[in-house]
Amino acid sequence: MSGTVADSANALLTVSGLETYFPFGNRWFGKREWVRAVDGVDLTVRRGEVLGLVGESGCGKTTLGRSVLRLVEPTRGAVDFDGVDLLSLKGRGLRAMRRRMQIIFQDPYKSLSPRMQIGQIIAEPLRLHRIVPEHEIEMRVQGLLTKVGLEPYFMSRYPHEMSGGQRQRIAIARTLALEPEFIVADEPVSALDVSVQAGILNILLELQRGEGLAMLFISHDLAVVEHIADRVAVMYRGKIVELAETDRVIGSPLHPYTQALLSAVPSIDPATKRKRIRLPGEPPSPIGAVVGCPFAPRCPEAQGVCRESAPALEPKAAGHFAACHFR
Amino acid sequence: MLLNVQDLASYFFLDEGELKAVDGVSFHVDVKETVALVGESGCGKTIVALSLINLIPPPGRVVRGRILFDGRDLLRMESDELRQVRGGGIGMIFQEPGAALNPIYTIGDQITGVLRLHRSLGKHQAQKAAIELLGETGIPEPEKRMNAYPFELSGGMQQRVLIAIAISGRPKLLIADEPTTALDVTVQADILDLLAYLQEQYGMAILLISHDIGVVADVAERIMVMYPGKIVEIADTEDLFRDPRHPYTKALLSSVPRLGVGHNEPLKGIPGAVPDFLDLPSGCTFHPRCTIGDSSCTSEFPPLVDIGYRRKCACYKAETG
Ligand SMILES: Nc1ncnc2c1ncn2[C@@H]1O[C@H](COP(=O)(O)OP(=O)(O)OP(=O)(O)O)[C@@H](O)[C@H]1O
Ligand SMILES: Nc1ncnc2c1ncn2[C@@H]1O[C@H](COP(=O)(O)OP(=O)(O)O)[C@@H](O)[C@H]1O
Ligand code: SF4
Ligand code: SF4
Ligand SMILES: [Mg+2]
Ligand SMILES: [Mg+2]
Repeated sequence: MSGTVADSANALLTVSGLETYFPFGNRWFGKREWVRAVDGVDLTVRRGEVLGLVGESGCGKTTLGRSVLRLVEPTRGAVDFDGVDLLSLKGRGLRAMRRRMQIIFQDPYKSLSPRMQIGQIIAEPLRLHRIVPEHEIEMRVQGLLTKVGLEPYFMSRYPHEMSGGQRQRIAIARTLALEPEFIVADEPVSALDVSVQAGILNILLELQRGEGLAMLFISHDLAVVEHIADRVAVMYRGKIVELAETDRVIGSPLHPYTQALLSAVPSIDPATKRKRIRLPGEPPSPIGAVVGCPFAPRCPEAQGVCRESAPALEPKAAGHFAACHFR
Repeated sequence: MLLNVQDLASYFFLDEGELKAVDGVSFHVDVKETVALVGESGCGKTIVALSLINLIPPPGRVVRGRILFDGRDLLRMESDELRQVRGGGIGMIFQEPGAALNPIYTIGDQITGVLRLHRSLGKHQAQKAAIELLGETGIPEPEKRMNAYPFELSGGMQQRVLIAIAISGRPKLLIADEPTTALDVTVQADILDLLAYLQEQYGMAILLISHDIGVVADVAERIMVMYPGKIVEIADTEDLFRDPRHPYTKALLSSVPRLGVGHNEPLKGIPGAVPDFLDLPSGCTFHPRCTIGDSSCTSEFPPLVDIGYRRKCACYKAETG
């Protein structure tokens, strides 16, 4: 096999060698350390694709999602969006690009101002970016509400009068007002009951299929990701360790970490009981550099070489990438 | 029968009216049994748990019912006696492990404090017992962790510490309210394993509360399904998953995303939302969201009746068998 992750045909977003570090500890005394939240990531999101991003808490998913939108400043690397080098953009150029790339958060409540009516909340970006003339705003707002499955009478409601699922719909409608081409959805259903998750996921799927919206869908729930993503990237301690079509990652995972992660998903169907792979130790600290494979301290299959040299994310089968010396 | 709850009701007396968070709930938990209480957020699960240990915050309180624990009615006990039962007989762990630990005391201080209180151990003995308990709950290098502050531990480790505290009085019943909801799947699986191990080891019964019916499937022997303030179905786990009878149970089960069914399978949710407690629909409160209900469902709430061997259901259309 040859090629790299970045060679993907039809890429809308290409991330290469991306690192986002945060300073840690006292900068005047002792050694300066870095939290390596994103530690050398390569990935692509194709046009009209949902790329799922999974991994344990603290592995760097949110930081990666924010870095590609430059909501946090990456330390090193490159992000190319539709042929534009995002990391070199400034001022007006950056603002123009930001309209095309949006983000949805886990907790919709925090992102909606409590004193504004829903209608105003959705109209705000329309006015700010002059997306439609003033007299068309109300109609557009209604159209957006319909798109996310809410009745027009919600326009005069306030966020606190709505359920978590309804608030997430509002947050999505406001995001859609800007007509983005790409969305980072950071755990958009994690705070919701399973009974309302489906509604939100179906809206996102509808947007992808109907309007060709591309998405980086961040979640710690593999079952949710399986339903929505075309391809899945698995992250561990700041790095992508596996990337492939969804059915391959779920059905024939290669990386030992992916296999362990899958085995921990609770099953409600006795016929599909998975054998649990228990990982020793705790999720890794993101502070400082790692020598060798970041998963080595917990990997059931680690060998001497794993502690000495870091495996690269390489193609192991067509379109199936993994970072492991023994796969 | 270790715990026998009969017609329990707990209300909040708010300016806007009476909020009947728990309204006539009856169930039992056998010795060494694991029973799950499931239902969407806000349907009253936590208030059931808090009723059992008499910790409902004002303006709420238990308004009627009986809670027989080991044959004695907790609702008719003097507060000293009750404190003893709470400390020794019933242990409890909560959803947010971080919030339940005191941030300014070390892990060791918090566990030894509880041990000295409930098991009246001396300082030295308590220290030793605490290290043992931490080891028992799977905390690596327990001697070292004794000096750690809560913020120095991951969420999973904090939950283990809370479990250690909850079982320090050797309870006969452990109430676990959403013990894994704030945790990663891998950590969640570890904590559920730990609960199963401790149950075996100490012969405890467990009341496991979760909004996610998928999470309890592996561990619970029986499942009780709750919809605003009431239990609407009780069955052995296998029977419930194989053959759910209440339309709400069916809807809950079909909305759980399942792993391995293949990409692009449509997901089903439940239309609408849990109703407002202060403005409950008449009759069966599920009727606005129910696909098979009709006008006969809107006058009285259906009683929870036997519909087969070891199973009960509160629905006019549930076939018996
Ligand atoms: N602004 C910051 N300053 C310092 N460290 C940070 C900052 N933001 C994130 N980190 C650290 O970077 C690492 C990755 O965090 P991130 O929020 O990206 O993880 P995540 O995968 O999204 O986790 P979760 O599943 O809990 O949301 C963590 O160790 C986190 O504590
Ligand atoms: N301290 C409180 N004051 C007023 N109402 C409350 C309080 N705690 C809970 N409730 C209400 O009681 C109902 C049941 O809540 P709860 O038992 O916490 O639900 P669950 O645990 O099933 O998510 C909800 O309508 C909630 O708003
Ligand atoms: S490189 Fe070694 S340690 Fe890393 S995942 Fe592969 S076998 Fe495990
Ligand atoms: S009683 Fe009627 S409305 Fe209620 S769950 Fe049964 S069929 Fe549906
Ligand atoms: Mg995050
Ligand atoms: Mg609760």
